[in-house]
Amino acid sequence: MAAGAALAFKLKGSRQLALCFFGEGASNEGAFHESLNLAAIWELPVIFLCENNLYAISLKLEEFVRVKNIADRAAAYGMPGVTVDGNDVVAVYEGVARAAKRAREGQGPSLVEAKTYRLAGHLFDDPQHYRSLEEVDVKWQNCPIKRFKAQLKAEGVLSEGEMERLEQEVNQEVDKAVAFARTSPFPDPEEAFQDIFS
Amino acid sequence: MFPKRLFDHGGKLSPEEKKLISYRGAINEALREEMRRDETVIVMGQDVAKAPAFGVTMGLLQEFGKDRVRDTPISEIAMVGAAVGAALAGMRPIVEFQFGDFLSCAIDQVTHQGGMLRYLSGGQIKVPVVVRLPCGAGQGTGSHHAQCLYSWFAHAPGIKVALPSTARDAKGLMKTAIRDNNMVLFYEHKILYRSRWPVPPEYHQPDFLIPFGQADIKRVGRDVTVVATLATLHYALSAAEELEKEGISVEVIDPRTLVPLDRQTIVDSVKKTHRPW
Repeated sequence: MAAGAALAFKLKGSRQLALCFFGEGASNEGAFHESLNLAAIWELPVIFLCENNLYAISLKLEEFVRVKNIADRAAAYGMPGVTVDGNDVVAVYEGVARAAKRAREGQGPSLVEAKTYRLAGHLFDDPQHYRSLEEVDVKWQNCPIKRFKAQLKAEGVLSEGEMERLEQEVNQEVDKAVAFARTSPFPDPEEAFQDIFS
Repeated sequence: MFPKRLFDHGGKLSPEEKKLISYRGAINEALREEMRRDETVIVMGQDVAKAPAFGVTMGLLQEFGKDRVRDTPISEIAMVGAAVGAALAGMRPIVEFQFGDFLSCAIDQVTHQGGMLRYLSGGQIKVPVVVRLPCGAGQGTGSHHAQCLYSWFAHAPGIKVALPSTARDAKGLMKTAIRDNNMVLFYEHKILYRSRWPVPPEYHQPDFLIPFGQADIKRVGRDVTVVATLATLHYALSAAEELEKEGISVEVIDPRTLVPLDRQTIVDSVKKTHRPW
């Protein structure tokens, strides 16, 4: 669908880009391969952004992908593939910005692989028997939010107080949304048949 | 009206026949007119630009250019998925499958994406995609190139299904399909592509549309109701002509679209004949 949206943007002569997010597990789907090929042959303004967190539910990367980097798959379709540190906010920003510039200059699609680590279970109740909890604990030290906060503080962009205030605002907004959802009435059963067709 | 030459293979057309409109030509006319009317209508599929397998998109590349008439690689998932994505972003794509049998390669894109997006978005998203599907047996095309699988997809919510049996119905339904804001599967029986038909004067109007959900009673009868589509409709009409000689009057109904289905016409007919088939 991202490739298709990019096709529309290209045909309309707009500066819009399509940004397609997926995990490394999904990069084994036929849709991934077909879409990258289509985007490459038609030079579509789309960025394929793979968040590689090394786990697809219980499978570790090396169990289901032979290549070292998902980015290596880009060469098969004739587009650039780059890896960035997915736990570094600025690195991801810069990597995607470079791909966006390429696309806007009419050079077509790119694959950007953001290397990271899945810190929680895939599902809410995932007991995670497939990995050791010590492995997970170590990775928390690399948490992108923790790192970014430290960087912002060190560069004088935001103070501790400003960061706390931001987090409070966000928490309040989320709490309000949850409260709204919980107190909203359930929809009328009749609504089940609305919007099936336009 | 049952075209006796329908199941002949080969042979030159008589001068009278040349004046009639072919099923294939009617679809071509619908595509051409809608592409002239609305520049967001685009066509894609394997070989559609340069060498269409059944000739339906002949001439479109020359008139509308390679941006709007695109050959695709053999990637059914990408074809349908990209059509859905382009539709979300404001285009009206028409995807041609060389053989409708292959639609099942893209079933996730058809049902979970194209069919569901409107519902999932609470009505905010429209998916104006038409998927054209040559179907049907009778020409020795083999097991993977001869099926009529519309019932698989007619069950999935959010998908409309049209299946014309004549040139007039083909053009009217195709124009409606292109202007519809939903995912439409448009089945074209390949044995009918070369069949030729007289058409009513309104056929040539730019807004000649046949609405979905409107069946056509192709033969009025008293004794039994037969509902048939595509090429089977013509077999039914042929059988009806034979049975007439034995004093049995058959009513033959062509639903023209399965989703939405014109139940009322069928029910009314069965109430009259008391014998549905």
